[in-house]
Amino acid sequence: MSHQIIQDRREFLKASIMAFGGAIMLPSCLRNYTPFLFFTADEALLLTAICEQIIPADENGPGATQAGVIYYIDKQLYEVFTWEQDKYRLGLTAINESSLELFSANFDMLPTDKQLLFLKKMEGNELPDSYWKDNSASGFFRTIIQHTMQGFYGPPRHGGNKNYISYKMINLDYPYVVGRNLYE
Amino acid sequence: MSNKHVKAIIIGAGAGGGCIAKELAGAGFSVVLLERGGWPVYDEYINDELISQRTQVLRPAFGPDPEKNPRVFIHPDGTRQVTNSLSGAIHHHIAACVGSGTVSYGAMAWRFMPEDFKMRSTYGEVPGAALEDWPISYNELEPFYQQAEWELGVAGDDSENPYAPPRKKPYPMPAFEQNVDGELLSAAARRLGLHPFPIPMLRNSVPYLNRPACIRNRTCVGYQCPVDAKNGTQNTVIPVAMSTGNCEVRTHCQVAEILSSENGKVKGVRYFDENNREQTQTADLVVVAGSASETARLLLNSKTRLFPNGLGNNYDLVGRFFQGHAYTGAFGLFDYEVKTYTGPGATFGLCDFNHHVEGMIGGGLLANEFNRMPYLFSQTRPPGAARWGKEHKAFQAKNFKKMAELHGPIQEMPMYENRVTVDDTVRDFWGIPVAAITGQRHPLDHENCKYLSARAEEILKEAGAIQTWQSVGGRGSVGGFQHQCGTTRMGNDPKTSVTDKYGRVHDIDNLFIADGSLMVTGGGFNPVLTINALGFWVGKNIVERM
Repeated sequence: MSHQIIQDRREFLKASIMAFGGAIMLPSCLRNYTPFLFFTADEALLLTAICEQIIPADENGPGATQAGVIYYIDKQLYEVFTWEQDKYRLGLTAINESSLELFSANFDMLPTDKQLLFLKKMEGNELPDSYWKDNSASGFFRTIIQHTMQGFYGPPRHGGNKNYISYKMINLDYPYVVGRNLYE
Repeated sequence: MSNKHVKAIIIGAGAGGGCIAKELAGAGFSVVLLERGGWPVYDEYINDELISQRTQVLRPAFGPDPEKNPRVFIHPDGTRQVTNSLSGAIHHHIAACVGSGTVSYGAMAWRFMPEDFKMRSTYGEVPGAALEDWPISYNELEPFYQQAEWELGVAGDDSENPYAPPRKKPYPMPAFEQNVDGELLSAAARRLGLHPFPIPMLRNSVPYLNRPACIRNRTCVGYQCPVDAKNGTQNTVIPVAMSTGNCEVRTHCQVAEILSSENGKVKGVRYFDENNREQTQTADLVVVAGSASETARLLLNSKTRLFPNGLGNNYDLVGRFFQGHAYTGAFGLFDYEVKTYTGPGATFGLCDFNHHVEGMIGGGLLANEFNRMPYLFSQTRPPGAARWGKEHKAFQAKNFKKMAELHGPIQEMPMYENRVTVDDTVRDFWGIPVAAITGQRHPLDHENCKYLSARAEEILKEAGAIQTWQSVGGRGSVGGFQHQCGTTRMGNDPKTSVTDKYGRVHDIDNLFIADGSLMVTGGGFNPVLTINALGFWVGKNIVERM
């Protein structure tokens, strides 16, 4: 994958996750404004890239980024899964540090094959130990998988599954009209 | 300000408490029915997979509030872990609302079989297990099963089930039809010499008792019914109890303690009302129906001079024999669509593996499974399949409507060491010591699960599944996630049981239990109709004796 394409993807991710906030962004006084309740903009970029590998856009339809999975995770970490906040904060830092050591680049700048290689190592607890003293790499990855699935396949009202994207993929009619089952 | 003295207090407005409330109020008793949750309101709990009683990712739809209701799990090595129902740790809560689990359940309305009441005399002693006979027989409970079927409303037809226990009256409503996977799998089961038949359901197949017929709502199990066609205690017996004018339902009331007199009788309860104010309510008699874990917790938290270790607990039996159901079964993928997602999804059952299998003790039913919504489906994959990435997504896209499954609850072996205690060091929102749960399953549970899963897989193969796999349950720590029971087992001997055959706590004339806690053994069936029947049974005997 060429450098240009990687840059394009980074811009695309940035544009995607900023789109929501952009509409209400005010000049100067909110220069550092992000649409997130918990994540920093950099954390959101990184996690968005991970989620997109967990549920990638492909011939079956849009992936985690377009479904807004990052908004689901952000919202729930802030409102419900508060006990997971440290795991994410430390874990995302550890991912970047591990990525820099293994591939000399931030995770979200890696090409897809390297990202997948990295995540397989993470799943198998094979990332450099020194960055994972307080957090299990495989455990954190399992948590991200769970939350990504919830955000992608759960109801849109919690921040993800934008426009019922995943329901369309599995041909489950929605919005659901009570008492009326539509199956194509 | 004190509350007016009443004849009876009932604690818990679930499957047992609702039935006994109707029984006592109908006989003219003044009743206060205390419920820790509120009335379920459909608009507050829309069809949301992540806030359903089945998939409690963000919170349970019908309570209890996870933050206010911690519990303790005691690991085999003795370490204590404080848990709540959201943290992913082990938990055993059931719904906290008027109707409790009967609001959002799948509504299977099984009668236990005669053998389920005589496990010890049917199978003898099982090493490591505390199998006992119930002090009542199927025949004694039969009229109360019938009462539950007619007063709550059950649709069914057991004429094709050769193992159906004897009944004196047919079901009040005709059985439900089969769905696509139900037709397919029951035909396969028949070819294998088995006996599929429609699952009896606490759901209206035709309009019944002034409520409409079922609309086959996709999100049925785990949710309240949008047209009120699912029959729980909240829309049947409890409204009947209230209509007598004798039953006051007090919601959002957390009972802390049962109060006793010096003479050993109970005289009322101390509870926290909807504004978290401490209240006292006195009564001539008290009925506890708070679920196997909460009922035990309340008795253990009610200590007196005569019962220094908790009411009814002088032989250290309250909270023991805590059981639930391990679920087991198999999945099959087809190369065409077999799931329509009409609700609720489970349509046929088999009782061929309840008590009729050489060498198996107890056993369990098998049924095609309730609808698995998209997130839950994403957690379901064959062994070795990708858990994430492109391949995982492709499986979801391709197979969401092509996967059928057969599952069932296995009758767990009751264990002396599987128990509910209280932990004085961990308090709930109201300062009441919480339930602490400990124990390990008997090895037979897993063996029985293996057998049942293998049979389920055979049926799926016979039906033409192109890929099948088993999910085998029954290992690890104490059951009771689902269908909890057994913690105040009934019996004739005060040294080996907590209550007598009428649900009266030994040595306390006016304290009764009326929920799954009474069950000596858990059966290989969903227990709700048995709990309903026990509520009516205990109620009738109170009316005749008090």
